[in-house]
Amino acid sequence: MSTDPIEGFVGGENLRRKRLYGRIFVGICILSSLVGILALVVLIADLVYEAWGWLTLDFLTYPPSRFPENYLPGGRGAGIYPALIGSIFLIVLTAIFTVFLGVGAAIYLEEYAPDNRITRFIEANIANLAGVPSIVYGLLGLAIFVRAVGLGSSLLAGALTLTLLILPIVIVAAQEAIRAVPDSRRQAAYGVGATKWEVTRDIVLPAAIPGIMTGTILSLSRAIGETAPILMVGAATSMFVPPDSLSSPFAAMPMQIFDWARLPQAEFQHIAAAGSIVLLTVLLLMNATAILIRNKYDVK
Amino acid sequence: MSYEDTDQTADTELLTDSPAAGLEDSTAHRGTGRTVIGSKGINVWYGETQALSDITMDIPEGEVTALIGPSGCGKSTFLRCINRMNDLIDSCRVEGELELHGKNVYDDDVDPVALRRKVGMVFQKPNPFPKSIYDNVAYGLKIQGYDGDVDQRVEESLRGAALWDEVKDQLDGSGLDLSGGQQQRLCIARAIAPDPEVILMDEPASALDPVATSKIEDLIDDLAEDYTVVIVTHNMQQAARISDKTAVFLTGGELVEFDDTNKIFANPESDRVEDYITGKFG
Repeated sequence: MSTDPIEGFVGGENLRRKRLYGRIFVGICILSSLVGILALVVLIADLVYEAWGWLTLDFLTYPPSRFPENYLPGGRGAGIYPALIGSIFLIVLTAIFTVFLGVGAAIYLEEYAPDNRITRFIEANIANLAGVPSIVYGLLGLAIFVRAVGLGSSLLAGALTLTLLILPIVIVAAQEAIRAVPDSRRQAAYGVGATKWEVTRDIVLPAAIPGIMTGTILSLSRAIGETAPILMVGAATSMFVPPDSLSSPFAAMPMQIFDWARLPQAEFQHIAAAGSIVLLTVLLLMNATAILIRNKYDVK
Repeated sequence: MSYEDTDQTADTELLTDSPAAGLEDSTAHRGTGRTVIGSKGINVWYGETQALSDITMDIPEGEVTALIGPSGCGKSTFLRCINRMNDLIDSCRVEGELELHGKNVYDDDVDPVALRRKVGMVFQKPNPFPKSIYDNVAYGLKIQGYDGDVDQRVEESLRGAALWDEVKDQLDGSGLDLSGGQQQRLCIARAIAPDPEVILMDEPASALDPVATSKIEDLIDDLAEDYTVVIVTHNMQQAARISDKTAVFLTGGELVEFDDTNKIFANPESDRVEDYITGKFG
C-alpha cells in the first residue's frame, strides 16, 4: 500500500485524543475520592477544634451535668460516662444476638435451604429489609419488645431492636462469606466421609469467619451510632447512672450528644463535639478490630 | 486375550503413533480376579438430561480401571455414582444398581457418609484444606473416630503418597504452601489415610505439569498394590500407561467398550472406539 513504512505506528491525533480522555477520566476519579476523604478530614478537624480543652479524662468518668462549667478542667466533673457504658452494653448485647441469629440464618440459607422459590423470596426480602429506615425498626421494637413482650424501655429492648436493624446486613454479609468458600473444599471433606454438619463446622465456618466477623463488626459500628430506633424504644436522653441490669433504663452516646447539642448555652456545642469524638473513637476501635480479625484469620 | 494377537492385526503405524505405543511396559498382570464394583443398568439424569444410559460393568479388585471418553460423556458422573457424590447435586437422579462387594450402595440402608469412608476420592484440581499438612491427612481419621496412632497413620499415608520425604520437616506448614503436584499427592494421602478399599480419581493429573503428572502416575501404579483404583482421564496415553482395564464412554453417556487396556488400544471391537482413540474425533 502506502509509501512510508513507519506511518502506521508513530501515533497520531486520534490516539492522542484517546489518551487525553483517559487522563481526564482518571482526574475525575481522583477528585471523587478526594471529596470523600476531605469531607471526613474537615469534619474531624472541626470536631477536635471544637472539643479542644473540653475532652478530659473526667469527661469519660463522670455523669452529665446541666452546668457547662462542671465539664471544664477544675470543675466538679461532668461527662458522658453513663451513655458510654450504656452504648457499650448495648453493642455487646446486640453483637451476641446478631452473631447467633445472623450466622444461623446465613448457614441455613446457604447450606441447607433447598433452592426453590420460597428460599429466593426470603433472600430477596432480607436484602430489602436492609434498606428499611431505622425509625421503622424503632416503631417495631416499641410495639413488640417494649409493649407486647413487656420489656419496657430497657437495655434488652434497645439491644433487640438494634439487632433487628442490622440483622439483614449481617445475614447478607455472612451469606456472601459462606458462598465464597470454594465448593471443592466441601467436596474434599465429603469425599473422606464427613457429614454435612462436619463439613459446615470444620470447612465452611472456619473459612467464612473473617468475612462474617468483618460484616458483623461493620454493621455494629452502624448500630452504635443509631439514634432513631433507641429513641423510639424509649432510651433516656440523659442518664446519671449507667445501666446495671438487662432491664434497667439506659442512655446511649448518640442521644446524649443530641441532648447536649439542643441546649441553649453555647458551651454545650463544645461538649457535644467532645461526645462525638468519644463516639467516633469507639467506632474506629471497632473497625480496627474488624480489620485485625480479618487479617488474622485470612488464609493466604 | 494376549498381546501377540493384537500385534498381528493392528496397523503398525497406528501402534507407533497412537496411545498404544508404550503398552509394553504397562499392565504386568495384577489383581485378585474378583469383582469389587458391579454396575448394573445405571442410568443418571440431571433434571431432564440423561447423563448416563444403562451402564453395566464389573470393576476388578486390586487393578487400575481407566474411564476415558470425550467431554460430557458421563465418565466423571459414573465415578461419582460409586461413592454417591452425586447425592449432593439436587437435580441428579440415579437409577439402577451399583454394588460394592455385592451390596447395592443405593439401598436405603446404605449411609453415603459411611460409603465414602470405604471409597476415597481424589479430585481434578488439588483441593487441600487450608490447614496444616498433618491436619489435612488426619482429617478423615479424626471425623471417622480413628482410635489408632494418628501420627503413625499420617506418616504411613504420606509415605504411601510418595510425599513423606518432601514434607516430613514441615508437617505443621500449610497444605496450601505446597506446589500443585505436592498438593495433589497430599490429597491422595488424605484419601488413603482412612484406608479405603477403592480410590476414585477424577482426572487427578489434568491440572499438573508433566513432571508432577509422571509422579502421580507412578504413584497410581503403587497404589494398585493395595487398593482398587478407578481413574477418569482425558489423556489416552495416560490411560494406556497406567491402567489394566479401560472403559470407553462416548457421547450420550454410553459405555461403548470395556476390556483389557491392551485390547482397547490395540484392537478395539467398536469402530467408534477406534475412531476415538486414534483421534478421529473427541
